[in-house]
Amino acid sequence: MKKKDVPQDESGLEKDNIKEICYAVDEKGDYTTIKSTGWDPKTIALDNALQEINERINDAKARVLNGETSPIEYYMECHKMDIGILASYVGKFQWQVKRHFKVKTFNKLSHKMLEKYANVFDISVEQLKNINNGN
Amino acid sequence: MEINFTHHQTAHCENGVVSNLMKHNGFDVSEPMVFGIGSGLLFCYIPFLKVNHAPAITYRVMPGQIFKRFAKRVGIKIKKEKFKNPQNAKARLDENLEKDNPVGLQVGVYNLTYFPDEYRFHFNAHNLVVYGKQNDDYLISDPVMETVTTLTTKELEKVRFAKGAFAPKGHMYYPIDFPKKLDIESAIIKGIKNTCRDMLAPVPIVGVKGIRHIAKLIRKWPKKKGVKVANHYLGQIVRMQEEIGTGGGGFRYIYAAFLQESSKILDNSALEELSKEMTEIGDLWRDFALEASRIYKNRSAKTDAYNKVATQLEIIADKEELFFKKLKKAI
Repeated sequence: MKKKDVPQDESGLEKDNIKEICYAVDEKGDYTTIKSTGWDPKTIALDNALQEINERINDAKARVLNGETSPIEYYMECHKMDIGILASYVGKFQWQVKRHFKVKTFNKLSHKMLEKYANVFDISVEQLKNINNGN
Repeated sequence: MEINFTHHQTAHCENGVVSNLMKHNGFDVSEPMVFGIGSGLLFCYIPFLKVNHAPAITYRVMPGQIFKRFAKRVGIKIKKEKFKNPQNAKARLDENLEKDNPVGLQVGVYNLTYFPDEYRFHFNAHNLVVYGKQNDDYLISDPVMETVTTLTTKELEKVRFAKGAFAPKGHMYYPIDFPKKLDIESAIIKGIKNTCRDMLAPVPIVGVKGIRHIAKLIRKWPKKKGVKVANHYLGQIVRMQEEIGTGGGGFRYIYAAFLQESSKILDNSALEELSKEMTEIGDLWRDFALEASRIYKNRSAKTDAYNKVATQLEIIADKEELFFKKLKKAI
């Protein structure tokens, strides 16, 4: 890539005043570094991923309100986690976390276990129990 | 306390930390040199590892490998420590800062408060340097940031003890022993040989064979997985290529810069020519990302569009195969 072709597209980096370093060749063909504000294909890929996450959050929320899953799944999606990551944060096996998604099991969880989840999500146990109190 | 440490922004975190730590210790080693000698370039499809609900592809070697190989090849020694207990991890860090020793840390990205929200994912192989402490704030030189920044004690503990794949476990590292002169020439040759071996490996998911493998999968996705999933997977390839750790295209340019620098050091004009060729291959990776982003932006999954990007990848694989065969002969 030539220095003059280094993209200066709009991206989420801009509002935080962050620029990235790119390696590109100058007029003489020598490699140099130049700052870039972003590149559209990258921004589109990121937007795509975020949209996907938002869909997962909304879907989880609807299922919590419908009584089909526990709030743990909703907060997990809010924090961009999957079951594997959440399981390692609370120190449980994946199948145990999956069980805690069941409303019946969730309602019987000990305060200590609820606190573990609440700590991972940085919320109170009250907020954990009722997603309308959360973020 | 603040160590007199100069922050240089770099394109990639691990190269950046190594280059910055080397410069701090009086050795002027550029980011591309670290990347090339550490044989950072790789392509590997990891079907059993899912990142953000899509199969993982990596355009670089495993976290920590670049520093490890670089150190071995130029003849420096590094001290690496991992911790079970956050208190011990903090104590060892503070001890080093007291001794005027800036250290590299492996951290999780999700809780890096100075990153824009949308860039914060559960990726645990980010690297930064801590070079001091003021009250409750640790002074941070994150190589991908333009300027230095800070994290509170609590925030730093969170990122050092992030969980999930590649959990850092408080991982801390710094060079402890240097030769009088770095053995750059032979290190470059070892680094190049290693990368050629990796990229031409006779393994279906690694190197140029791995690129062809992915191209084949891309052709199948729209039918096999449906529009939504196919688009998500394709988007993920581009994200890993261009964003998560400055992948494919970006790494090719860094590698081309490395070859150009090496051609001067080794007085080998063939490497200068190959540097130009690698730059062109980098451009092809970018064309692929551009074309792929058009597909999922329109949220359609026309089979011919998928076939088109798959063909682009196959062309790249052919060019890279030829390239690494030539590179192997050139040194």
